[in-house]
Amino acid sequence: MAIPKIVPDFRVIRDENLCINCQACCRVCSNDTHSFDQNIAKIISDHRKCVGCHFCEEICSTGALTIEKCYSQIRENFNWNEVDFKNLMKQAHSGGILLTGMGNDRPWINYFDHIVLNASQVTNPSIDPLREPMEIKTFIGRKPDSIEQLKKEKKLPILLETEIPVLFSAMSYGSISLNACKSIAAAAWEAKTYWNTGEGGLPESLKKFVSRTIVQVASGRFGVDARYLNEASAIEIKIGQGAKPGIGGHLPGEKVTADISAARKIPEGTDAISPAPHHDIYSIEDLKQLIYALKETVDYKKPVGVKVAAVHNIAPIVSGIVRAGADFVTIDGFRGGTGAAPVVIRNNVGIPIEIAIATVDSRLRQEGIRNHASIIAAGGIRSSADVVKAIALGADAVYIGTATLVALGCHICQKCYTGKCNWGIATQDPYLTRRLNPEIGKRRLTNLLRAWALEIKEMMGGMGINAIESLRGNRDQLRGIGLNDKELALLGIKHAGDAW
Amino acid sequence: MVKNSKRKTINTIIAREEFCIGCRLCEIACITAHSKTKNIIKAFKGEYPLPDSAIVFEEKGHISFALQCRHCDDALCVECCITGAMTKKDGKVIYRKELCVGCWMCVMVCSFGVISPDITASKIKSKCDFCLETGKPACVEICPNEALVLKEDNEQD
Amino acid sequence: MNFKNICQFSDDRKVRIPSGCGIAGIFNKHGELLSGEIIVRAIDSMKDRGNGLGSGYAGYGIYQDCRNYWCFHLLYNQATARDQVEQYLKTYFNVKLSEQIPTRKVKSIKNPPVLWRYFLETKEQMPSEKEENLIVSVCMGINHNANDAFVISSGKNMGIFKGVGEPSEIADFYKLEDYKGYLWTGHNRFPTNTVGWWGGAHPFGLLDWSVVHNGEISSYGVNRRYLENFGYYCSLFTDTEVITYLFDLLARRQNLSLDTIGKIIAAPFWIQLENYSDEEKHLLKWLRIIYGPALVNGPFSIIVARSNFMLGINDRVKLRPLVAAEKGSTFFLASEESAICCMEKNPDRTWTPKAGTMTVCFYEKEHYGNSKDCT
Repeated sequence: MAIPKIVPDFRVIRDENLCINCQACCRVCSNDTHSFDQNIAKIISDHRKCVGCHFCEEICSTGALTIEKCYSQIRENFNWNEVDFKNLMKQAHSGGILLTGMGNDRPWINYFDHIVLNASQVTNPSIDPLREPMEIKTFIGRKPDSIEQLKKEKKLPILLETEIPVLFSAMSYGSISLNACKSIAAAAWEAKTYWNTGEGGLPESLKKFVSRTIVQVASGRFGVDARYLNEASAIEIKIGQGAKPGIGGHLPGEKVTADISAARKIPEGTDAISPAPHHDIYSIEDLKQLIYALKETVDYKKPVGVKVAAVHNIAPIVSGIVRAGADFVTIDGFRGGTGAAPVVIRNNVGIPIEIAIATVDSRLRQEGIRNHASIIAAGGIRSSADVVKAIALGADAVYIGTATLVALGCHICQKCYTGKCNWGIATQDPYLTRRLNPEIGKRRLTNLLRAWALEIKEMMGGMGINAIESLRGNRDQLRGIGLNDKELALLGIKHAGDAW
Repeated sequence: MVKNSKRKTINTIIAREEFCIGCRLCEIACITAHSKTKNIIKAFKGEYPLPDSAIVFEEKGHISFALQCRHCDDALCVECCITGAMTKKDGKVIYRKELCVGCWMCVMVCSFGVISPDITASKIKSKCDFCLETGKPACVEICPNEALVLKEDNEQD
Repeated sequence: MNFKNICQFSDDRKVRIPSGCGIAGIFNKHGELLSGEIIVRAIDSMKDRGNGLGSGYAGYGIYQDCRNYWCFHLLYNQATARDQVEQYLKTYFNVKLSEQIPTRKVKSIKNPPVLWRYFLETKEQMPSEKEENLIVSVCMGINHNANDAFVISSGKNMGIFKGVGEPSEIADFYKLEDYKGYLWTGHNRFPTNTVGWWGGAHPFGLLDWSVVHNGEISSYGVNRRYLENFGYYCSLFTDTEVITYLFDLLARRQNLSLDTIGKIIAAPFWIQLENYSDEEKHLLKWLRIIYGPALVNGPFSIIVARSNFMLGINDRVKLRPLVAAEKGSTFFLASEESAICCMEKNPDRTWTPKAGTMTVCFYEKEHYGNSKDCT
C-alpha cells in the first residue's frame, strides 16, 4: 500500500507583497519551517513542520505571515473527527503512545462558562472599588475553630498570606526554562503571592525568592532535602496532576543539564523519572505518615499541602487528606496543563474542577472540617471571572499555570514535550531559552495579576461585597445557565431567573 | 529640578547578549530608519540603493548580539578624521558623508569595528547616528526581547 | 384559612426577599417600664421606610408576673397545627399558661393567623446552658419541620409582636399600649415582593435575642453555610435570622465579648489595623482569619437586644443609616433622628455611630455606667 502522509495541521500563508525577505522567520523557527532559497531568492515554508506557535507571525515586522488552520478536510464525519483520524494515522506510523502538552482541548462542557455572577441593584448598593477599600487578602492553611482554641495552642498556626488569591501553579525547572521560572518567581515576589517549584527542585539563582516559594515533594523526590524543605514557605506533596491523573513523569536525560542536575540533585544526563504513585504511599495512612514526616522535618513551621487530580471520588479523597493532616489541598481539574502527557489520558481522565470544588467544599462543610484546610483550585482558570466563580463555589485561592505561560508568550501549541518551544518556555535549548527575557516576563505576570486584582475587586464591588471572605463559598451570588438539575445540584447553585 | 541646572542625559545603547535571540530585526529597523521613505515595505520593495545597516551583528553558536557605534567620549575616529567628516554633536559621533574623502582612517582606529568601508563609493558604508532625528534609536524600539536597551545616565556637569 | 393564605405562607418562607426598613429601639437601663406606645410613635414616623407589608415590635420586661418562665409566641397558619405543636412542647416542658395572644379587630388586617403564647418550664432541672440549647433545638425543630407553625419569640419576660400591616395597625392589633417594658425595639418593612407572611416580619427572635435589621446582606450565602457547621439551620431565608444566629453562636455559645463580636461582624479593614496596638493587631488579624465567614458584608444597620443590653451596629462603610441618642438613663437608636425626636424631644446627646462600629448600652441596676460607644 501507499503509506499515507499525514495532512499538516497548519498552513503558513505568506503575503509576497509584504514579505521583504529579511529572513527573520527563517532564523527564529526552531522547527525549521522557513528557509531561504538562494536560487529563487524567496522564502519557502514547509507547512508540515509548522506547529502553530505563531512565533514567526509575531516577529515578522511587515505582517506578511499568517498561520492558518489547514483546511484539507476528510469527508465530514461526526464520528470520525479530524483529530481522532490524524492521531490514528500517527499511531499507525509510529506504534507509540501519542504525547501532547498543555491541558485538555476537547470540547467538554466548561461550567465556568455556564455560571453567571450577581450584581447589586436598588435593594443594596454596589461598592465602588475606586472609592472604598476592597479586600482580597487571603490566608492559606489550617485555621483554628475558635479564638479560644487558638489561645490553647502552643504555637500559632502558620499560614500563607497572599495579597491576591491567585498563585502560580507548579511548573518544574526542567519542564520549563530557568528564565520562565525566574519570571514567575520574581512576579510572585512582586505581587506578594506564591509560586510553586513543581518537582524541579529549587535552583540556586531563585533562592532569593524563597519566602514566596511553595516547594513540591513528588513521587521522584527530585531536589528534596531538609534544606529545601526548611527554606520554603510551604510544602506541597504532589499525588496527581489534572492532565495526567495516575501517570508519572519523565524528563529525558538530554534535558538534564548541569543546572537542572544541580537543582534536582540527580546526575547530569540521566533520565528523571517520577513514578506514577509515590512508592511509599499506597494508602491514606501512608500519606499521613509523609505529611507528618515533612512537618517534623520543618518543625511544624510550614504548612504542608497535598495536590491531587480531580477524579470521581474527589470529595471523600480530600476529606481523607484533610483528616490526614494536610493544611491545604490543591485540586487540579481535568483541564489542568502539563509539559507532557499521553493524549488519551489528558483527554479522557478526570472531572471538571468546577464540580470538584463544589462537591469538596460541601463535603468538608458537612463534616465540619472546612476550616481545617484551605482549598486551592487549579486547572482551567483563564480569567479573573473564573477566579471569582471558583472562589464563590468554595475555593480559597486558585493556581494558574496555562494562564501564566500565555502571559509569557505561550500560544498553547501543545508541543511542550518536544523541547522546541519557540517562546523559550518549555525548552532547555540555549538558542531558545534566551527568548524569554525574565525582566519582560516578570513585568507581564505582575501586570496580569494587577489587572485580575482590579477586575476581581470590580466584580466584588458589583455584588456589594468588600471582603473576599464574604465571597468564599457564597454560591448565592452564582446562577447557572443552561445546566440541568443534577449539574445545578452538584454545583450547589440555582438557575438564572431564580431569585434568592 | 532647577530649570537652569546644567544636567545632561547621556544615552547609551546597551547590548545584552543573554537576551539576543538572533532575529536581526535591529538591522531591518536601522535600514528602514535611514531609508528615504522610512516605511519598511516601500523601502525594501522600492528603494534602490538601500542604505546599509549601521549595526554589526555578531553570532557564534547560540550567543549573538548587535553592536552599534559606541559614540565614545574620546572618539579616535573624530580625532583622526582629516576632513572633519566625523564630528561630535550632542555627545554623539556624527558622520557627514559630503566631507568624507574615503581615507578610512576611522575604519583603522575604531576599536569596536563598527565602521566599515564602502569600497565602491570610497566613503564609509554607514554609521550609527543614534537616530537623532526621531529621538529614539530604531534598533532599540524594535528589539522584541529588550536585548537592546537604552541606558540613561544623568550626569551633572 | 383560605387557599391564598397558604400560598403566601410557603412562598415567603422558601425564598429570600430583600427589603428596605426602618428600625428603632428604646432602652431604659435602670429598668423603668415604658408603655409600648412610645416605640410605635417612633416607627410610625418612618412610614416611608415601609410599605405596609410587615412591621413588628419586641418588648422586654412585659411579662413581669411570669418572668421565670420561657415565653413562646407562636403563629399558626392552620388551627390544626396547634395540637401537634402543643403535643411536642409538652414532651419537654410543663405548660404553666397557654392562651391566645389578645388582639383586637383592625379593619385593614384581614385573615390574621392564629396567635398563641405559652409560658413554659423545663420538665427537669438542668444547667442554664443546657436549657438554652434545648430551647434553641425546640425552636429549630418547629420552624424547620412544621409548615403551618412558627415560633416568633422564645425568651423569658419578653415577647415579639409582628405581622403584615402598617406599624400603627399592627400595634393596634396586638393592643401594644397594654404592655409595659424597659426595652422596646421596632421594625417597619419594605419588602420587594408583594407576598407578606406574618412570620417574615421582624423582629426575629431566638431565646431572649431579638434583632431588627435594615439592609441586604451580600454575604448571606457564606454566613448561612458557616452557621450550618454549628447546627443552625436557616429556615426563613432572612438576613435577620442569620444575624440572630451569629450573635447566638458568638456571644452565647463561644462566649465572646460584644466588642469582639463587633470586630467580627464588621471587621476593621486591613488598612485600618495601623491604628491599633501590636497586641490588638494580632487579635484582629486572627479574628479575621478564624471568623472570616462570619463577617457580615453588604449594607446593614442592626439593633440587637437582649434582656440586659441593646446595641446598634453598622456595616463597614455605613451604607445604611443609624442614629443614637441618650437622655438620662434612656438610650435610643433609630434609622432616622426624626424617629428619636418622636420618642424624646430633647435628648442630652445625639450622635451618628461611625461605620463598622458597635454602640452598646447595658442594663445597670446600680445606676452606674453610661451608654458606651465602642469605637
